[in-house]
Amino acid sequence: METLMAYVVGVMFAAAVYMMLRRSIVKLVIGLMLLSNAANLLIFTVAGMKQGAPPLIPEGAEAPATAVADPLPQALILTAIVIAFGVLAFSVVLIHRAYEVVGTDDLDQMKDTDT
Amino acid sequence: MLIAVLSGFLLALIAPAVCAVSREWAGWTLALLPAALFAWFASYLPGVMADGAQVITYPWFPALDIQLSFLIDGLSLMFALLISGIGTFILIYAGGYLKGHPDIARFYVVMLAFMASMLGVVLSDNLISLFVFWELTSITSYLLIGFDHEDMNARRSALQGLFVTAAGGLALMAGLVMLGTITGSYALSDVLASETVLSEHPWFTPLLLCVLAGCFTKSAQVPFHFWLPNAMAAPTPVSAFLHSATMVKAGVYLLARLSPAMGDSELWTLLLSLFGGMTMFLGAFMAITHTGAKKLLAYSTIMALGTLVMLIGIGTHYAMVAFATFLIAHSLYKGALFMIAGILDHETGTKDVSEMGGLARLMPITAIFTVVAALSLAAVPPLLGFVGKELMFEAVLGAPVLGGLLIVLAVGAGVGVMVAAGVIAIKPFFGERRETPKHPHEAPVSMLAGPVVLASLSLLFGLALFIPEQALVGPVVTSLGGAADKVHLSLWHGINVPLMLSGLSLVIALAIFAFWSRLQPSLAILREAGGRFGPEAGYFRIMEWLTRIASWQTRVLQNGTMGNYLITLVMTTVLITGYTLLSQHGSTLRVPVPALDSGFAWSIALLMLVSALFASITRSRLGAVASMGVMGFSVALIFILFSAPDLGITQILVETLTVILLVLVLFRLPGFIRLSSPLERGRDIVVAIFAGVLMTLLILAATDLQFFDPISAEQVARSAPDAHGRNIVNVILVDFRALDTLGEIFVLALAAVGVYSMINLRAEDQRS
Repeated sequence: METLMAYVVGVMFAAAVYMMLRRSIVKLVIGLMLLSNAANLLIFTVAGMKQGAPPLIPEGAEAPATAVADPLPQALILTAIVIAFGVLAFSVVLIHRAYEVVGTDDLDQMKDTDT
Repeated sequence: MLIAVLSGFLLALIAPAVCAVSREWAGWTLALLPAALFAWFASYLPGVMADGAQVITYPWFPALDIQLSFLIDGLSLMFALLISGIGTFILIYAGGYLKGHPDIARFYVVMLAFMASMLGVVLSDNLISLFVFWELTSITSYLLIGFDHEDMNARRSALQGLFVTAAGGLALMAGLVMLGTITGSYALSDVLASETVLSEHPWFTPLLLCVLAGCFTKSAQVPFHFWLPNAMAAPTPVSAFLHSATMVKAGVYLLARLSPAMGDSELWTLLLSLFGGMTMFLGAFMAITHTGAKKLLAYSTIMALGTLVMLIGIGTHYAMVAFATFLIAHSLYKGALFMIAGILDHETGTKDVSEMGGLARLMPITAIFTVVAALSLAAVPPLLGFVGKELMFEAVLGAPVLGGLLIVLAVGAGVGVMVAAGVIAIKPFFGERRETPKHPHEAPVSMLAGPVVLASLSLLFGLALFIPEQALVGPVVTSLGGAADKVHLSLWHGINVPLMLSGLSLVIALAIFAFWSRLQPSLAILREAGGRFGPEAGYFRIMEWLTRIASWQTRVLQNGTMGNYLITLVMTTVLITGYTLLSQHGSTLRVPVPALDSGFAWSIALLMLVSALFASITRSRLGAVASMGVMGFSVALIFILFSAPDLGITQILVETLTVILLVLVLFRLPGFIRLSSPLERGRDIVVAIFAGVLMTLLILAATDLQFFDPISAEQVARSAPDAHGRNIVNVILVDFRALDTLGEIFVLALAAVGVYSMINLRAEDQRS
């Protein structure tokens, strides 16, 4: 399964970089979203993928009965998802504001600070 | 010893307070420190004369076995005595010279810091601390040359001095590191005692060139000499102290210090003799083309520095004796003459000696001691300068290489300084009285103290030669690796070649001096030519190219196009990481075909691929947003399928919000249009494919390798008993890594504030 995901994540990264290289600022945002999804999946894949073993402890027990999926990468990814959303929300509003002020969504037209 | 070196820095801290208490007496008060240091260093003399070098060690980084050590032997002690002794008079003198200057406190601060750094240079045993102090002298010199910071010329000269010496400093650092690596120790005393024969090491030539670059720039050797005359823009006490008696001698000091370890090489002898000899001659020659008192003295200082470097290069017994004697003599008379030049400038209001005349009646004391110091400069018996010059001729006659050339250069230089001495002693004080911008008076005691004492010492040492011989020259020769018991200074050696050379130069000098005023116009033409084609023109050319290259580089690197930045970043990562990956794991890296085991996972993966590709090629905004939604929910499915229910829940919530947000905002923005050309798109596709392939290879390599056991085993074990939680991911977030989560909450809160205020801003815009 990790092998399959390796290829999928590679394609996602390629798509993300391609979108971020576009001059339209909206495409930049799409690229950003692709990038954060790709990064999360990368951590998830590298940590090892295991089916049917969530890191939960059954009622009454002190420890999981069988080996469970590694909870630490999951905690990190959870943080990353939420932060990525914060970044996205901020950048979307910022871009909107920039478009209102500058009057273009072409990144190459936004080179100067004094517009 | 540590306190002695650092006391200057400490006093610098409280110098402004001292000035606030009494401006009048601040110079005298602050001078107590160097005077005390002088006495304290002098107390080491008997020990060094009897037992040789001492190393005083303080633990610095004990864990790394690095010591802060100080080396006290004849050489370092002589320099320490000169620095503290002349420093005493300079501080007193500055009190008079800068009387009433609004920034006098700043002057004292930098001057004391400089003095402490200079003591650090000559006393350090550790090469690294030597280098740090060395650079500190460059920086304080910069601040002092540019002391009059409202003067454009002073600022430019300060920067020039800094660039030249700091560039040399970089080379020196490389040299010192090589030296430490070759000998295996960063302590000078170990380097000198090391059994490694440096000149046979394959690194010797680069090492030598780096050290020489540092020392030659610092000590103003041709072709780096031009910064020193320009540094005369500094107030005169600075010129007298830094740019004649001490800082410029740091390079000479280091060369002398390293000569026992490196002096056996032929290259060393050749380079030092050649550059020193040329500097000596050029300095003396340039001195007589100038009429400004300070410029003239600056060039004669260059001559002296060249002489010292040449003597180190020659390296025979006579050369070592001549080195020590000449250095003491030069520091005494040049310090005195610089202070006198300052007095003349201060009292008459002009720097040009050709505008002065007949001052001897108005300033009798100044006149007398000027003559004494100038006689020492001109090397007339019975002054110490004469002894130094005789020994120098003697050493040049025994030079191992370039003997003939050096004799000609030495006689020429002797003529030059004699004329210069005549100009400085006779033109202002004797002859017809001339009107000057200010009406001159005798200088105050604070300004006379230095010249009087230093000039008197030139005479006293010349008459009582056993004092410098026993106390200074002998120990210095010992620390240079020579035999101290063979040192014998005397005024009269009988009629021999050096005496005849002295006589010859005196006759020529008298002839030139008689015509000096008439020669000025033609000498000025030579000076102009030197300015246009000399090394200083090269310096300006280099600076011009530097700014040109800098602005070109800024245009290329800081081009303002986001795509170019990104391509640079991505391709750098791909190249560096890819190279490491292939070179380290290239042999074990396999590119397997994924197994067709789970149809469900395969279909999710396919969904993700299609949505990623569709998002990149679609020209519809809604299509892109929708495919991002598909992508997000597919990722959530993957999380749920592979044992991460919490991630799945979070991803679904966030994805829903994201899609709503995008739909709300993006449709206020213009639709997708093709902005880039097919060529640019092709380039971007190539870059993107490189990035994607790299990530795939990285994952494939990483899943194969496992260097450590997962660190979460402990968290799994402690989750229920210690943290009383059964969802381990939750426990990690709110318990084990609670501070991270707190930080995350702050980030989200900040983003929320930013979003809110930007939306509000727009509302206000619309209202107004």
